[in-house]
Amino acid sequence: MSLTREQMAQRVAQELQDGFYVNLGIGIPTLVANYVPKNMDVMLQSENGLLGMGEFPTEETIDADLINAGKQTVTTVKGASIFSSAESFAMIRGGHVDLTVLGAFEVDVNGNIASWMIPNKLIKGMGGAMDLVAGAENIIVTMTHASKDGESKLLSNCSLPLTGKGCIKKVLTDLAWLEIEDGAFVLKERAPGVSVEEIIAKTQGKLIVPDHVPEMAFL
Amino acid sequence: MAGFDKVVASYEEAMIGLEDDMTLLAGGFGLCGIPENLIAEIKRKGTKGLTVVSNNCGVDGFGLGILLEDKQVRKMVSSYVGENALFEKQLLNGELEVELTPQGTLAEKMRAGGAGIPAFYTATGVGTPVAEGKETKEFNGREYLLEEAIVGDFAIVKGWKADRYGNVIYRHTAQNFNPLAATAGKITVVEVEEIVEIGELDPAHIHTPGIYVDRVVLGTFEKRIEKRTVKAAE
Repeated sequence: MSLTREQMAQRVAQELQDGFYVNLGIGIPTLVANYVPKNMDVMLQSENGLLGMGEFPTEETIDADLINAGKQTVTTVKGASIFSSAESFAMIRGGHVDLTVLGAFEVDVNGNIASWMIPNKLIKGMGGAMDLVAGAENIIVTMTHASKDGESKLLSNCSLPLTGKGCIKKVLTDLAWLEIEDGAFVLKERAPGVSVEEIIAKTQGKLIVPDHVPEMAFL
Repeated sequence: MAGFDKVVASYEEAMIGLEDDMTLLAGGFGLCGIPENLIAEIKRKGTKGLTVVSNNCGVDGFGLGILLEDKQVRKMVSSYVGENALFEKQLLNGELEVELTPQGTLAEKMRAGGAGIPAFYTATGVGTPVAEGKETKEFNGREYLLEEAIVGDFAIVKGWKADRYGNVIYRHTAQNFNPLAATAGKITVVEVEEIVEIGELDPAHIHTPGIYVDRVVLGTFEKRIEKRTVKAAE
């Protein structure tokens, strides 16, 4: 069975470490916040200028002056800080954020990522995605392994305009956990019940399959 | 003694000198911390041909979106647009030009503009459409893009409190691009919720020192919420 969105978020959450500053993109990455282990302190960075994003407010505490990068009303946690957009991207570009999780349309064997623009469709913009992928050392891309039409999103060369070049090393799809090494995807884990053959069939870029590919474990 | 007093009495006075075809910097992220009354004054004034540098372009009927109604904007420099149908229509018609700029690069362009730095190198956008036509250079084995700073003829800023000397503090994430825009306008206008006497703000807590600010005007704000999200009642 392919992973649900919640399971994908749970798997990403296994990569968190105590004391991590983390930037979560829109969509599945946002769900990761729900699976931070109880015994762990993680601080969420929102690129509009907030470090220490808390949960959604109540009707009583809602405040138009306090939003996240997805423009949703939020709260702050104790120990949070707020700053300008330049400061926010200084910490992103300067490599101070420990983990960035974001979605994509395509990733290729050279660590290129395409996530913001489909030619001939309305282009809304890249927001902070190009800065995030260029600045972060540790990035996890979350996306479905193949499109609804069955087209692989793990390619030898991205076909869409790039968001960043050579910056992706880890990809979680609904089928597999993969890492990019020396111009190939390396299959590290597979979703429970998903066969190696299915992953091979749905991966267009070069794929290295070790002798043993463990199933992902969920608590 | 009035040499540092930046307070003006009206929005009309606040926007004196804004002319057609100028470059306008605006603070705000989405609808959060936008100078909503200064934008409304520009709409009233009818200034046309503007190049507007702002992370977003408001929504239909609010924020910078209202400047599209009478086609006052010639070009937007933004990281994310298209939350408004009118924007999309004018873009497809060719009535509006857009220069998409990565959010961090946009912030740094304003910061650099205000700090007297004409250009800077960044890894953001290398190998992407953003890099087209731009000079690159390698530092320590990595490729970087040369990005030019932005200076505006006018900057419009939304603060929380200001003193009469134009020292400004922002509230929560309504800060965003505001302090950057404030530094990079040849004329910087700040609208605030409260004007206090000098000495009332802690000097160590000032976000935008008054040296960057030319005019301060007192306003009342709708503060529209773009995505109202609340947690389920417990």
